[in-house]
Amino acid sequence: MGKVHLEIDGKPFEAEVGSMIIEVADLAGIYIPRFCYHKKLSVAANCRMCMVDVSSIPKAVPASATPVAEGMQIQTKTEKAVSARKSVMEFLLINHPLDCPVCDQGGECELQDLSMEYGDDVSRFTEGKRVVKDKNIGPLISTDMTRCIHCTRCVRFGQEVVGIREMGAIGRGEHMEISTYIEESIESEVSGNIIDLCPVGALNAKPSLFKARAWEMRQSPSIAAHDCLGSNVWVHHRRGDIIRVVPRENEAINEVWLSDRDRFSYQALTEGERLLKPRIKRHGEWQEADWQSALSFVASEMKRVIGGSQGKNFGGLIGNSVTTEESYLFQKLLRGMECNNIDFRTRRRDFSGDGRSSVRSGFNFPMEELDHMDATLLIAADLRHEQPLTALRVRKSTGFGNAMAINPFDGEYNFKLAHEIQPDPHFLAQEFARVIVAADKLNPDVLHAEAKEWLNGVESELVHEEIAKKLLHGEKSCIVLGVYVQEHPQAQTINWLAESLASITQSEWGYMTQGCNAAGNKIAGAVPMQSAAGGKSKAGKNAKQMLLEGLQGYFLFNCEPDVESVWSKEALNSLNNASFVVAATPFADGRALDYADVLLPIAGCYETSGTYINVEGTWQSFAAAVKAPEESRPGWKVLRVLANLFELKGFDYESSEQVINELREKFDAAGENKVARKIPPPLMQVNESEVSRKSLGLYQVDSIVRRAKALQQTPKASTHPISVSRVTT
Amino acid sequence: MTDLSYDHKQHLKTLLPEPAINEIDHWIKKYPPERKRPPIIAALKVVQEHNGNYLTEELMQAVGEYLDVPQIAVFEVATFYSMFHLDKVGKHVISVCNNISCSLRGADNVIEQLQNRLNIKLGETTDDGLYTIKTVECMAACGGAPMLEVDKVYFENLTEEKVDQILSDIAALEIAKQKKPADLSAEVKK
Ligand code: SF4
Ligand code: FES
Ligand code: FES
Repeated sequence: MGKVHLEIDGKPFEAEVGSMIIEVADLAGIYIPRFCYHKKLSVAANCRMCMVDVSSIPKAVPASATPVAEGMQIQTKTEKAVSARKSVMEFLLINHPLDCPVCDQGGECELQDLSMEYGDDVSRFTEGKRVVKDKNIGPLISTDMTRCIHCTRCVRFGQEVVGIREMGAIGRGEHMEISTYIEESIESEVSGNIIDLCPVGALNAKPSLFKARAWEMRQSPSIAAHDCLGSNVWVHHRRGDIIRVVPRENEAINEVWLSDRDRFSYQALTEGERLLKPRIKRHGEWQEADWQSALSFVASEMKRVIGGSQGKNFGGLIGNSVTTEESYLFQKLLRGMECNNIDFRTRRRDFSGDGRSSVRSGFNFPMEELDHMDATLLIAADLRHEQPLTALRVRKSTGFGNAMAINPFDGEYNFKLAHEIQPDPHFLAQEFARVIVAADKLNPDVLHAEAKEWLNGVESELVHEEIAKKLLHGEKSCIVLGVYVQEHPQAQTINWLAESLASITQSEWGYMTQGCNAAGNKIAGAVPMQSAAGGKSKAGKNAKQMLLEGLQGYFLFNCEPDVESVWSKEALNSLNNASFVVAATPFADGRALDYADVLLPIAGCYETSGTYINVEGTWQSFAAAVKAPEESRPGWKVLRVLANLFELKGFDYESSEQVINELREKFDAAGENKVARKIPPPLMQVNESEVSRKSLGLYQVDSIVRRAKALQQTPKASTHPISVSRVTT
Repeated sequence: MTDLSYDHKQHLKTLLPEPAINEIDHWIKKYPPERKRPPIIAALKVVQEHNGNYLTEELMQAVGEYLDVPQIAVFEVATFYSMFHLDKVGKHVISVCNNISCSLRGADNVIEQLQNRLNIKLGETTDDGLYTIKTVECMAACGGAPMLEVDKVYFENLTEEKVDQILSDIAALEIAKQKKPADLSAEVKK
């Protein structure tokens, strides 16, 4: 695109043809007031607050809807511009209530701020103001619709970004109201973003309603802990209490958005039943203990179980939101004790890839690229519920490109699918293989003989050919495997198929992972087959073996295998039968009370410093935003002290940075070791009982989310997980 | 669990007679297939006509499902246009404009007169279910202010006499209609 030259407030700028005045001014750091304009939404130009003075035009024009032109001379502060804005403000304030003192938005309200500059002290409007009845749109968002200024940002967000229009403008003229359809709750998994978008206090966060004023809070940067993107957030807190969590802009990861799960999960920490002191179970009774005695008890019991079995009869399991530092120390501690039974993959069924040591993260192309794909093939990917913000990216690409899916779910999509195949989950790999066969026909020079041999006998149909064609002919294309794939009994086969298809069609490919730190846990060495940074390790038992075989002792690190594992029933059994279970957890509820012998109170997310490594392999470190309550301590400190009790060497860390730096050095030294995927064993029929389970629900993914009150009250909490199609459980 | 036997798209067909559905289909065909929202108005008009001059939640929902548009999009249209009624209304809805031109030219008097003659307030319906009076936004007939619309006919430059005349005409029509079945049967007997 060409460039034009223009002047804003006397300063010369260059701008893209077709951009709006307000965009150019924003880039230049010149602020123009606005209500309806938002850089991620379409232009509505309905508020008229952004009036500017353009020399060649007699009347003031809206900067958000006026494209730039060569030689344009724009003034943002002339009498003409300012008086136009003042008139707009006067109209807006006619019906706006004067309730800033009791409004949560007060202090961070765009209307309040701008009325300081453009509003009059006294209103000329003496008639009655209109009142709009509040709507109940669910447990996450509070409404005060009298405050609404009809900017329609919330409506456009639903329509454009999410693709599910739940809000709308009903009525007309003075009677216009923003509402959902007849008081329906909002169902979308990214609904909380309209709270940020709303320039006034019409839409506020319900869980934090009336909890603090904007100016009393401090903010700390952190990383969200509930999906593999690692969305960037600000944690807002007051006097050591988390009040709310809001997005922190990062174009490469979460843009300006945040999923409801990441936004409202903190409630588990502030209102959940927290474990505040260590506890030891004596004669079936829980007794509070101090750290010293709790840890010595743990140490002596661990020595007993581990020592008695040369490490074979003890196992450590890591939960879905544990930091890299914690998993690194966890495995270092257990390996120091000659125990290699360490795993975080409590939802994996297929461990056949474990022989190849690799620290590849799920995606080796930037997530951002999903916006620009001409063709995207989803394999068992329930993006809306697994990584809600990724679904928004794929949706963007469907404006020009094609999304296609082979999903054994009754999928819910917020974008159009060009092709959808719903195979029986038992035949997911078989169905996928048919696309590879189709691709191989179109481009036969890529697959080597052995692979062709493997695929022999698989037949493709028209739809597989169409999918293959779109991937091959798209200039940019990718294959995305959902979390469910890694839970599938043929995960390795499907991974291999994806890699093969990607090489034939020259597509990118990536797989989504469970939890927020699967990549970090793997790099940290919290797996039985390799130690930190892909280093060597004696073989240990994997999660499945640990849970199914039944060990004598378990160390659960913020992990509830009885809920989150695919082997939950067996896990509960094994835990109940073990002679010693220690659970490090932020919470004092759940079945751990029954099966554990010691409970160690550790910090939840936002209460500890640490690092999450996201699915693209980006390392994101953060400091603790608030202190963990009472006696609970950051997990890495607990592990350090415990290691000292075992007199293990190399545990004298003073900060979590030292821990992560140590790992980083190892990681960098190891370099990338690419190991070619082996051809998988021939496709076999999958065991019925192995597949016929549901994936983890949207609000079931980790110990924190499961205890977040408001999230649990949303309609989605009960309707998701969607069961795998055609399977009766 | 969702009831799988319930076909959302077909629900409207169970609520309306076939000719009505055909009429809606006729409107759908006028627009390109990816443009789903334009036929909403036409569809709601047809539906309202078949439902005694008003819309119900079930009907609006069925229209949304039939046209494959979000519920809220149907609701927006239904609440925007004053010709759509979300509550039961009389057979003859008298819509009086009370926007600026009509107000300046005496819309208030017209409303007053209607309320007195029919003995109901704005927004109410007479007990016999025949008349409803309501106010509407500008009907683009400012040149003939004050104005009202009833049974799809505009009446402009209203005076007291004219309003009386309109009401008498409708009444006469109703009386004639009530007679009709009897008259007809008399004819048949002959
Ligand atoms: S509720 Fe807020 S975002 Fe939505 S239209 Fe009103 S002011 Fe704008
Ligand atoms: S911001 Fe430009 S018209 Fe609203
Ligand atoms: S103001 Fe009544 S028709 Fe325009």
